[in-house]
Amino acid sequence: MNEFLRPIGVLLWKDILIELRSRDLVVSLLVFGLVVVVVFNFALDATPELVTEVTPGILWVAFAFAGVLAMNRAFVREKEEGGLDGLLLSPISRDSIFFGKAAASFIFMLLVEAVLLPIFAGLLNFSPASFTLILTIVLATLGFSVVGTLFSAISVQTRSREILLPVLFFPVILPVLVGAVESTKQALGGDTVVGLGHWLPLLGAFDALFLVICPWIFSIVVEE
Amino acid sequence: MAGTEEIQQPTSEIAFQSKFRWSDMIRVDGRINLRGCLLLVTGILMLVNLYIIFMVAPTDAVLGHVQRIFYFHVPLAIVSFVAFLAVFIASIAYVFRRETKWDNLAHASAEIGVVFITLALVTGMIWAKPVWNAWWLWTPRLTTTLILWLIYVAYLMIRSYAPSPSKAAIYGAAMGIIGFADVVVVYFSVQWWPGIHPTPVVGPLADTGSLDGTMRSVLLFSMLTFLALLTYLIMERMALQDTVDQLRGIRFSLRRAARQDAIPGD
Repeated sequence: MNEFLRPIGVLLWKDILIELRSRDLVVSLLVFGLVVVVVFNFALDATPELVTEVTPGILWVAFAFAGVLAMNRAFVREKEEGGLDGLLLSPISRDSIFFGKAAASFIFMLLVEAVLLPIFAGLLNFSPASFTLILTIVLATLGFSVVGTLFSAISVQTRSREILLPVLFFPVILPVLVGAVESTKQALGGDTVVGLGHWLPLLGAFDALFLVICPWIFSIVVEE
Repeated sequence: MAGTEEIQQPTSEIAFQSKFRWSDMIRVDGRINLRGCLLLVTGILMLVNLYIIFMVAPTDAVLGHVQRIFYFHVPLAIVSFVAFLAVFIASIAYVFRRETKWDNLAHASAEIGVVFITLALVTGMIWAKPVWNAWWLWTPRLTTTLILWLIYVAYLMIRSYAPSPSKAAIYGAAMGIIGFADVVVVYFSVQWWPGIHPTPVVGPLADTGSLDGTMRSVLLFSMLTFLALLTYLIMERMALQDTVDQLRGIRFSLRRAARQDAIPGD
């Protein structure tokens, strides 16, 4: 177990250290998230009544787009200096590499969302202090980062990778996005977990599915 | 000119036949021509199917003649699911066996599946306009089908953007597996969503007894027809891919022979 977990920790710490020193990813994602909200405000000409109705949608479009940007970067850095080849040659399992990269993306996205959520709450007039909302964000972000890490590893090998990643990523993640939006809608409506119906279990089911399939496919894809 | 004889060997294997003979459809070179037979059977089935749909099937009491598009729409949708199931199985087989034939099957099925599901979406929209008075409604089932369409278009894109054929095969397999698993979960979770799209009339989640007896038989016949069409098209596409691979091999050996000729004293 230690052989499995220790490389994950090392990889995660490496990505955090790079981020702490360069600070390019998190800062640009924060600004990007804000820009999305401003753009939506003008695109929808948001009146106070409309804002409450479309808030979950705006929230998740901002998170999802920011997520794709983060995923685009995840393997570019590894690719540039041949880091991925080094990782593959090192005596650690492919699963460890996958979960190390996915954990880094997960933490960066959660960090960005944690900063953006109170700002969005202020701009769009809703209360972010809801257990359901936070659970929804954690579950959906988990799905995003696991699927995103897999497709980032694939698209970084191809031509026109910046365009290919969203094309691959969004259709697969769309059910999670639908679940997250609906669940957020109910959370902002003041529902408790008990009254939430099946949206949270649906998110959990997709997370479980992706957590099983994605590491396996990742190990096949990087071998090639 | 040391390589001349080597070059002529492979080209002569693929004899170019200019004259078409009907007997070739059944037997060619003393062997049963499976694709030719299937083409004949499919052609006959398609004609009979058309006759049955427009002459035998009863006119719907409420919807009128518009309802007949149902006999194209439902089989197209179901057959495209069969095609995507084939992509899934062939992708898994390719991952474990690494044989080109599995990859060819996955690629061919995905291409034909995309064509069929596009037709299913289009016929669905044509049907929806008079019945729902809208081309499109964002109901769970329509949304699911659109997601399916997007996933397999992405599948074809990832293949064409991959840097090499072997990478295209493995990336395609990745998308074929995760995309199908995704859609299966969506298909069952759709049962949780309430919607106005008719529930499945055949298949594992069918609600039996909602369809008139004759209509049911016509539908099943149409499904059989489209299944035959799917099988034929996939086989034709795989044969085409084989020819492409063969041609690539010939071109490769030609280029190698030319390079050897160019080196003096070789």
